[in-house]
Amino acid sequence: MTDQAAAPRPHLVDKERTGVIDWSSGPRRFITLYLPLSIFVIVLLFPFYWMAITAIKPNGELLDYKNNNPFWVKSPTLENINKLLFQTDYPQWLLTTMTVATVATALSLFASVLAAYAIQRLKFKGSNYVGLAIYLAYLVPPSILFIPLATLIFQFGLYDSQLALILTYPTFLIPFCTWLLIGYFKSIPYELEECAMIDGATRLQTLWKITLPLALPGLISAGIFAFTLSWNEFIYALAFIQSAEKKTVPVAVLTQLVEGDVYHWGSLMAGALLGSIPVAILYSFFVDYYVASMTGAVKE
Amino acid sequence: MTIAAEARPTTQPEQSWLVRLFDYKPFLIFICLLPALGLLLVFLSYPLGLGIWLAFTDTRIGRSGIFIGFENFESLWHDPVFITSVWNTLLYTGVATVGKFGLGLWLALLLNNHLPFKSLLRALILVPWIVPTVLSAIAFWWIYDPQFSIISYVLVDVLGWRDTYVDFLGSPWPARWSLIAANVWRGIPFVAISLLAGLQTISPALYEAAMLDGANAWQRFRHVTLPMLMPILAIVLTFSVLFTFTDFQLVYAITRGGPINSTHLMATLAFQRGIPGGQLGEGAAIAVAMIPFLVMATLFSYFALARRKWQQGEDND
Repeated sequence: MTDQAAAPRPHLVDKERTGVIDWSSGPRRFITLYLPLSIFVIVLLFPFYWMAITAIKPNGELLDYKNNNPFWVKSPTLENINKLLFQTDYPQWLLTTMTVATVATALSLFASVLAAYAIQRLKFKGSNYVGLAIYLAYLVPPSILFIPLATLIFQFGLYDSQLALILTYPTFLIPFCTWLLIGYFKSIPYELEECAMIDGATRLQTLWKITLPLALPGLISAGIFAFTLSWNEFIYALAFIQSAEKKTVPVAVLTQLVEGDVYHWGSLMAGALLGSIPVAILYSFFVDYYVASMTGAVKE
Repeated sequence: MTIAAEARPTTQPEQSWLVRLFDYKPFLIFICLLPALGLLLVFLSYPLGLGIWLAFTDTRIGRSGIFIGFENFESLWHDPVFITSVWNTLLYTGVATVGKFGLGLWLALLLNNHLPFKSLLRALILVPWIVPTVLSAIAFWWIYDPQFSIISYVLVDVLGWRDTYVDFLGSPWPARWSLIAANVWRGIPFVAISLLAGLQTISPALYEAAMLDGANAWQRFRHVTLPMLMPILAIVLTFSVLFTFTDFQLVYAITRGGPINSTHLMATLAFQRGIPGGQLGEGAAIAVAMIPFLVMATLFSYFALARRKWQQGEDND
């Protein structure tokens, strides 16, 4: 079929057809499109396959490539996951991460909604500059803040507590969420709010009953994104938390599951895999929101 | 609307002063900005200033320091580990950015075709970016294992291209390239999906016009795709450079700066000196040394934003 399609067509016509609208068919499309695309997908996803397959391998297979095909597992075992869940503090770490991420997200969303509303709807002198300042705050990376923040956290007596993370995560969540919501509020016609206010609603009622329901997709985008960012956060959690049982999953897997020089790769991979699953599930439900928030093109 | 706000108290006199206060615009603005700006001022602006101050002191953990001028920077200037970390950071940022954008743009162009299961494909491609970096870094750590590396296994036992297993993380240069490869792997999805969004906004009419004028595929890419993609490219590039330059997680998780401090980035060195080492002043100085680079990247982003506000559409004010 591919030969029939490619062969009878004169060269000139074929060349004219090779636009974005219609790629040339057959073998050429395979070489230029499907082959590189499959390589990309395989390379991008292989580490996760490798993680999963390592997590369910028994130790005998794991360290013996001569007699076993390393790409497959003959007798899968739940030993590693079992060990992780019942012989370490892993459930505790999951719970901590979940709590911190949820509370930090809620706090950031609350602050961002109000800030975005003030900047975009309650136009005031200098509101653009406040918006710009918040945008600039997004460009300040945690890597240059964690040392002074550590001294600050220590002074406040928050060292080694969940509150330290809950209060510091909004520094990178608020700028992002506010920026996203400003863009979203802009897409909602102001007339709707005016109508409500003419009918006697106060501004906060308008925000609560008119603007927020309309901005729900934007809120979801900002929320799941903020949750993912807090779940993945590493450097603050590493610097501000000391006790093993209070650590978050990313930090704990790296610091608590590695004992000396003997790496228990099976349980390490199981830990990494389980720690990725919550965000992966969230992601699978809200793919489009992720893409929307990432590209900033939240307008439908 | 101001008329409505002023008229209401007369029509509904039973509203309390509290409700009126919350409808008073200057007060409302203040209240609305308070949580966000308050958190940012206390936990972002103040630490930023404090960090610059710490860089000029000899603070250690548990002992507040005194002002020592540029001593930290002078000692860093003669510190080979710090100089290596600066070069590493520049190399890491430069090579990884080129890699990410080359491959990411290619992937975006591939995805911009008519494909079956396009949204599923797009979802799968984003996964490396969604998963916590440290956790995927641990997977890379295992992939780079000297004895049980799957890459070595394929090269030696399956393809027979090499005789010995690759020592990925045992010596400086292979370790650096391994880290860069992991960073590129992690960065491709973000670049590809952002650029794809940019590609999809380019009107097909432009390509048709170019084709009618006889432009070939390369010319169409060079003179239509690239200029139209420039604004979003500039922003994605700024963010990518910024976050690659200050990257911490990948290096900390895979090599922790080893072997013998040869793969430290400025961020990991700042952490090592500042938190476990206890030299808060010196750590802060290393972090502050990153600021000039970040300011340059930010200015670049600002001017790109001022020129073309792709994010907000054309009705920008």
